[in-house]
Formats: sequence, C-alpha cells, structure tokens
Amino acid sequence: MALEVDVTLRRGDRMIAARCTVAPAGITALFGPSGAGKTSVLDAIAGLVRPTTGQIAIDGTVLFDSARGIDLPPEQRRCGYVFQDLRLFPHRRVRDNLLYAWRRLAPSERWLSPDEAIGFLGLGGLLERLPATLSGGEAQRVAIGRALLSAPRFLALDEPLSSLDHARRDEILRVIERIRDELRLPILYVTHDPAEISRLAATVVAVGPLPGS
Amino acid sequence: MLQPAEWEIIALSLKVSGVAIGTSLPLAYGLAWLLARGRFPGKLLLDALVHLPLVLPPVVTGWLLLIAFGATGPVGGWLERSLGFSLMFRWTGAALASAIMALPLMVRAMRLSIEAIDRRLEQAARTLGAGPWRCFWTVSLPLSVPGVLAAAVLGFARSLGEFGATITFVSNIPGETRTLPLAIYAALQLPGGDAMVTRLALVSVALSLAALVASEWLVRRGWGGSPRDGT
Repeated sequence: MALEVDVTLRRGDRMIAARCTVAPAGITALFGPSGAGKTSVLDAIAGLVRPTTGQIAIDGTVLFDSARGIDLPPEQRRCGYVFQDLRLFPHRRVRDNLLYAWRRLAPSERWLSPDEAIGFLGLGGLLERLPATLSGGEAQRVAIGRALLSAPRFLALDEPLSSLDHARRDEILRVIERIRDELRLPILYVTHDPAEISRLAATVVAVGPLPGS
Repeated sequence: MLQPAEWEIIALSLKVSGVAIGTSLPLAYGLAWLLARGRFPGKLLLDALVHLPLVLPPVVTGWLLLIAFGATGPVGGWLERSLGFSLMFRWTGAALASAIMALPLMVRAMRLSIEAIDRRLEQAARTLGAGPWRCFWTVSLPLSVPGVLAAAVLGFARSLGEFGATITFVSNIPGETRTLPLAIYAALQLPGGDAMVTRLALVSVALSLAALVASEWLVRRGWGGSPRDGT
C-alpha cells in the first residue's frame, strides 16, 4: 500500500505545498525547519485540516480529492497518527487507551493483536496506569501502540523523539525500526533532524512554503 | 430536636430540588454545549434567555410561569388537554420553578467545563475511528463530568433556596409546595414561630454549605493532565 499525497494548504497567511509518495514499506521523512508546516501536512492527511486543493489516496482509496469533492472524515481514514503531544486520554488507563480503537474494529480489519502490540512495545507492566503517571518514553510507546492497534493503513509519526532525553530516543528509534522491518507499513515521519533521517534510512520529502507565497 | 413536620418540609425540599436538577441536567448540558461550541445566528439571544432568570426579579419569573403553565396558558392548557396533567399548585410545579431558576447557574458551570475540554483529545479520538457521537460519549462527556457534577450540586443548592418564583407560581401549600424557604417565611408570620425559624434556618445553612464545599471539591479534583501536555 502506497500513500500518495499532493496537496496545498493554507496555514495562517502562508500557503504550504506537500507532494510525496510514501512507499508501501519503509520510512518517508517529511523534513523541514520548525514552523515549515510539517504537522499541518500530517493533520491534512489525517483529515483534521482541510487542504485547499489536491488529492490524498492510499492504495486506490481516495481520502481527499478537492476536484471530486471527496473528503473522508478522520474516523474513516484509518490513519495511525502518533501526535507530537501524544494526546493520550487522561481519564482512561493505558489498557483502555490501547484498546480504544481496537474494540470497535471488525475482526477482519484487525492485523495486530493487543498481546502482540503489548509485547512488541514492552507495555506489559503499564496497563493499569493512568497516562499522567507515565514517563515520556513510556507515554510515547503507549501512543504508538494505540495507533498501531487501530489497524491503520499507514503510520504518521510527528517528531516522536522531540521531548525525549538521549537514552529514551534510542529506545524509541529501535521501536520504530522494528515497526519498519517487521510490520511492513507505510510510515510517514516528521522531523527537523537530519541525524534521525540517516539513522532510519528514510526517503526525504522537503516541506516548505509554496514558492512565491 | 426537629419536629416531624419539619422533617417533612426537608424531605419535600430535597424531593423538589432533586427532581428539578435531575430532569433539567440534560437540558442544561445541551444548552451549555450549544453556547460553548455552537455557531448559529441568535446565539447571543439564547445566551441572554438562559441567563434571564438570574437577573429577572423571581416574582416575574413566577408570574411568567403562571401565564405559560396556568390552566388556560399555552403550555398548561396543552398539558391539561392532552395528558390530563397540571403543574399548578403541585410540587411538580415547584420543581419546574426551581429548575428554571437554577438553570443559568448550571449552564454557566457546564459551559466552562465544556470550553476546558482539550479539543486535541477529541481529534485524537476521531483519528482512532470514533465518529462524532462516540467521541462525545467516550471523550468529551467524561472530561466534562467534574463540571457537570459541580453544576448539579450548585444548581441543587440554588434550587433548595428558591422562594420568589415558587411562591408566585405554585403558592405556599403545606405538604405540597411548602419547601424550606417557604416554610421559614410562613413560620415568621406566626406568633411563636421563632424556634422553628431558627431550626429550619440552621438546616438551610448546613445544606448550602455542604453543597458549596462539594461543588468546589468537584471542580478542583478534575482529571490529571497528560504527561506531556502543552509541549
């Protein structure tokens, strides 16, 4: 499944253009300086922000097409979005955060079991905790697990290392590498750090303001 | 120390206030949601209407209820004809009057808690496959529950103290519409009613204090924020 994005969107008084094809497996990095609009592009792909023009499609399923008037709501896009600020539900325990999407999925849509995800991400000891009691790295792994258990068509990671210390960064990078190698899922990875791109061997797409705007 | 008749007054007051708040809570939440999130023409007018009982003399509110819900009034007449049901001079009418008087306070408290919901969490729920309704039931409503409880307690306390609209609308009938404040007022008119006034006034103070403390506690408790909130 390849994710194809070609959109322009308005952010404040600027126009942002993003055009990329996210390979069926492996990591595609949206790269650009802070404030370039990388998160806005992810929001547009997830259906949280409406682009002015363009198309977004994954493997033949059109998520957005301004010309044809198609704009699927976020809940129909199956986008595994791991937000930069994580957005774990503060009133639900880790277990309920993880299973939030999974419980409502048809069995045929599920491609990962909770046990697999919990083992994969090492969340076994955290299930009864509330998000407020988790460390940064733990919360990051829970957010990734919650997104994976929504049976996404692709994964969107927004600066997943930005608020972690050095040791935790390595831990999360290893998790992302395992997702890349074992789950074979298109991964869109937002970063402003060239070191992360070279470590993850990502294909790079630059995001920036539209020339002349 | 309290006479049986006084216990009856307290029980009636609790019943009137309980029913008033219990039934108006969903309406208050709906109004609070509309005012917090809605964008529609006439929002300012709706806001003013909801707040009207807060600033109107209560006796005017009671008189308006009398006109609307009286046997020949537009709502009262319809209730009488189609359901054989009247609120006039009944404890249910007292419940309606105190619900209307408590509504602005409840809507205000709920509106604040709805405005405080982190909309980023609602977005997260949507990307996880939840439609608008599931998002509401699983994220928005639970996150505003402390505000709803605070509103209920505050409204309950306001409703226990309701006097003007109630006495105007449903009069002061012992055992039917004579709630705590009305009983205190009636006892004040009686020679030798001082002891009863004191006892009922102390009960009022105790109930109101308990409600205020409970409401403050509920508001402060809230939910813990997420660990990386606001980064």
